[in-house]
Amino acid sequence: MKSAVLVFPGINRERDMARALKLASGNDTAMVWHAETALPKGTDLVVVPGGFSYGDYLRCGAIAARAPVMDAVRDFAAKGGLVLGVCNGFQILCESGLLPGVLMRNAGLKFVCRDVHMKVERSDTPFTRGYNAGQVIRVPVAHGEGNYEADEETLKRLEGDGRVLYRYCSADGVVDETSNFNGAAHSIAGIVNERGNVLGMMPHPENHVEEIMGCTDGRGLFAGLVQQFEKAA
Amino acid sequence: MKARVTVTLKSGILDPQGKAIEGALKSLGVDGVASVRQGKVFDIELAATDKTKAEAALKAAADKLLANTVIENYRVEVLG
Repeated sequence: MKSAVLVFPGINRERDMARALKLASGNDTAMVWHAETALPKGTDLVVVPGGFSYGDYLRCGAIAARAPVMDAVRDFAAKGGLVLGVCNGFQILCESGLLPGVLMRNAGLKFVCRDVHMKVERSDTPFTRGYNAGQVIRVPVAHGEGNYEADEETLKRLEGDGRVLYRYCSADGVVDETSNFNGAAHSIAGIVNERGNVLGMMPHPENHVEEIMGCTDGRGLFAGLVQQFEKAA
Repeated sequence: MKARVTVTLKSGILDPQGKAIEGALKSLGVDGVASVRQGKVFDIELAATDKTKAEAALKAAADKLLANTVIENYRVEVLG
């Protein structure tokens, strides 16, 4: 699997992401600067990592979403290429129009930095095939604006089409108000676009991939992506 | 030519920041505050001298970047 990680000023999780991708795929990851107008040839997966692009000025992800490289990402996605956005990356994908909805200020107004649990809703997608449907995984979050909101119509479509892939829950898999720490609509942690090739999620699976991190629950996502390309090859 | 773009949250969109400001105003004893919704103001200087052109440019700026029209409304004013 050949992956490309986008780099914007103010992004800070790009190395964590590249490390997780290398661990899973064995390949080095291309780091692609925001001013580039093309992705490296043969790219299988584009990752928009977490951080605080442009200091979150204007709105989270708003300025990065208009960077030159995002036109290349839009073309790549339109051709069916896989795109993963994590945290600020999710915000950037929403602002760029690749995903519906918006990430609002956490309902409790506080920046939340801790481990949370989320439920894998289905396992038959490139982004979840490393897990079982219904599996509960523990992943870190670190965000002030992760409260996913969309209009009723959009939420209905997301649910109806099975496009909510990850949902916040308790350690034993209960989805309720208590486990929905940021107030997201329908406890949404991660969604895909209509075609199913663009995933945005707030939690950081790349930070739970090695024993030394205290948990390896994030590995499944990357292992699943690698499998996807092994199968295709 | 000076202009102003005002961006506000659409009604019905939860505004936790506005709520926090509202609470603070009440605790400061400011009388009669029923509710607060916060937003953004952009003061923009334009090279254009034609009002219609200026308004079109400002509208494009708001649609393309200044506002996220999923959750926000905007108002464009050319101040002259």
